[in-house]
Order: sequence, then C-alpha cells, then structure tokens
Amino acid sequence: MEPIDENKEGIGGMINPRRYGIERVAYLLMRLSGLGLLAYFIGHIYETSSILKGEVGWDEFLAITQTNEGHAILAIVIAMCVFHTVNGIRVMLGHGGVGVGKPSRPDYPYDPASQNYRHKIGIYSAIVLAAIAMMYGLAVMYGE
Amino acid sequence: MTQVPSIAEEQTAKSSSSSKSVKLRIAKYNPEHDGESKFMEFSIPYERWTTVLEAILKVKKHFDHSVAVRYSCRQATCGSCGMIINGKPRLACFTKISELDSDVVTVEPMNNFPIIRDLAVRFERLFDTHNKVKPYLIREDSEIKSNEKEFLQSPEEVEQYIQFSNCIKCGLCNSACPTMATDSSFIGPQALAQAYRYVADSRDKGKDTRLKIIDESHGIWRCHFAGSCSQVCPKGVDPAMGIQFLRGYLLGFRS
Repeated sequence: MEPIDENKEGIGGMINPRRYGIERVAYLLMRLSGLGLLAYFIGHIYETSSILKGEVGWDEFLAITQTNEGHAILAIVIAMCVFHTVNGIRVMLGHGGVGVGKPSRPDYPYDPASQNYRHKIGIYSAIVLAAIAMMYGLAVMYGE
Repeated sequence: MTQVPSIAEEQTAKSSSSSKSVKLRIAKYNPEHDGESKFMEFSIPYERWTTVLEAILKVKKHFDHSVAVRYSCRQATCGSCGMIINGKPRLACFTKISELDSDVVTVEPMNNFPIIRDLAVRFERLFDTHNKVKPYLIREDSEIKSNEKEFLQSPEEVEQYIQFSNCIKCGLCNSACPTMATDSSFIGPQALAQAYRYVADSRDKGKDTRLKIIDESHGIWRCHFAGSCSQVCPKGVDPAMGIQFLRGYLLGFRS
C-alpha cells in the first residue's frame, strides 16, 4: 500500500519560533543548546585526548582555546549550559505537574493556565542568567 | 410616525455599507493529480463580524464553488473547520477577519493531517488515537445495574476534569504540536488530554489501563511541554496541563 502523505510540517515547522510565543522560543533554544552541548562534549573529549601526544601536543591544542574564536565558542558554551540547566529545571518541574496551574472551568478568551507567568518568568530568567554568565565568562577569559 | 425597517432591509443596508475588503488566499491542492499546492486569490468585502469561514463560503458561492472546505455548526462546537489561518491553526468559524489585523488572509489545510483536497483533511488518525486512550468511563458496575440512578460527584470532583471534556476534536492542538510535525507515531496532545479527562474523573476506574497505554516511546514521553497545543485550543482545554498532570502520575508526583 502506498504511504499516505501526512502533510507534516517537518523540522522547519518544529523549529519555527515565531508563532506561539516565548514558550516555543524556549523549546527551540532548549534543543539548540542540547545539541550544542553534545557537540562541545564530543569536542572536549577530543581536546583532552590530545594529552596523549605529550606536553607539546597538549599546549598546542590548548592554545586554540586562547584565541578570540576559542573565547567566543567557550562563551557560547557557558550560555548554553546555563540556559539548558535553568530551563531544564523549569521543564522538569512542569513535567511533574508543578506550576502548571490547576483545572477549572475555562472562561473566554481561554488563556491557558499551563502557560502562566511562573513559567514565563522561568524562561526569561534562563535567558537573562545565560547572558549574564556568558558576559562573566568573557570577562574572566579576557582577564578584566 | 417613523417606520421601523424590516430585518431584510436592515441586512441590505448593512451589507451595502461594507467599505473594507480583504485579499483571501486559499490553498488549492488535490493530491490525486496536483504536484504541489497553489494559492488562489480573491478580494472579499467584510464587516467587523465577518468570519474567515463566511469569507470562504462567499468565494464558494460567487467565485469558485470547487473550493473544498469542511464545516457544519458555524459556532465553534462541531470542530469541523480547523485550518491554518495566517500561519496558525484556528477554527475558521471562530476567527473574525477584523481580529487578524491584516489585509491578507491566507488559509491552508491543517498541518500534520493528510489532505483530502484544498482545506479538507483526514481525521482518521486523530479518531484512532482518541479511541486508543479509551475515552469512556471504565468501571465494573454500570449505571443500569447500580441501585443508584447516577454516580454522584461533588463540584470539586467535576472541576478536576470538566475543562478537558470541552474538547471538540477539531485537531488544532495536533496541528500546532512540534512533535507531531516530525513524529508520525506520536499519540498527540488531543488523545493525551482526553486520557487525562477520564483519569481525573472520580467515577472512572481505568487509570492504570490508560497510563499503561500512554507509557510508551511514542506516547506521553514525546511531549516536551512546548505548550503550543494549549495556545491554539479554541475551547480552553489546555492539553499541555493535562499531559503534565498525566506525567505527574507516571513519575510519582501525583497519586
């Protein structure tokens, strides 16, 4: 039997953050930061394995992280790490039914209780903390 | 003596007073012989109260009767006229053109549903997943066998699930869900919200059965709490809330 075209939105629809407010932006950032941290983890293992080449090899590889590009990558990693942690705590609490409101008879215009101010504050906090941590990281890396 | 105009005269006067018009873009696609979707454009006059469905019906009546659209009640009760309106899943009968705040209204079939033709989509999968969670009260006795005529509930017990019983199975939540966008096997927010509707009902004894059904790799664990389902629900069901409560049962946060 020929498969039916399900008219799926696909990855383009999944990662489009423009239509459903800050929650969908957080959803996208969570995925991007997760993938970014995974890439960093793999890179980090590769980097630390250079110690097997001896002190010279280790110093040469470490020097790469001391460039402007290296600092920028590390700053982004710090931001991803902080956002993923803070937003992850929010999502985990939500997954347990914590802070998602309680059922009640809906009144027009039907603002969903699960998308309440607590979760919005959680998302904005994750973004702000990630930005602060990134700036702090840059200040430390550039020795200011 | 002032003559009171008849309803017909009033309607004629109102319809002739229309000064605004909107460009209505309708997606036309027949999977049997079209390679891709094309848009047809129509200029439609509208009033403050004109809905998108009324505009589409004007097109069908005056310009192109071949436009395929499913509708019935025209009052957000039957759940038939869900479609993508200016990029977001909405009910056409529940969306006024004036509220869209745009000179162009683009209507497309709902995402994540197979297209029958133009704006009409297949609902078989939604109904299958809905049936899968056993959307009825499960208990060993029944109202007929019981000595009492009905299963009494307190207002507080009703409050636990009444919100979720408002679901009209329009499919907008499934259309907005980012997981549904890529995962053909995901059970979807509509079915999960209905699972919670019965799990939360004090008369129901099928909680363990339903939790077992949704506790699978393409079940509740594929929900990542993006919340888009709740934002598009035209009846205030808030599927995201129900899904998180269900997961609370599975994770031991709730009993």
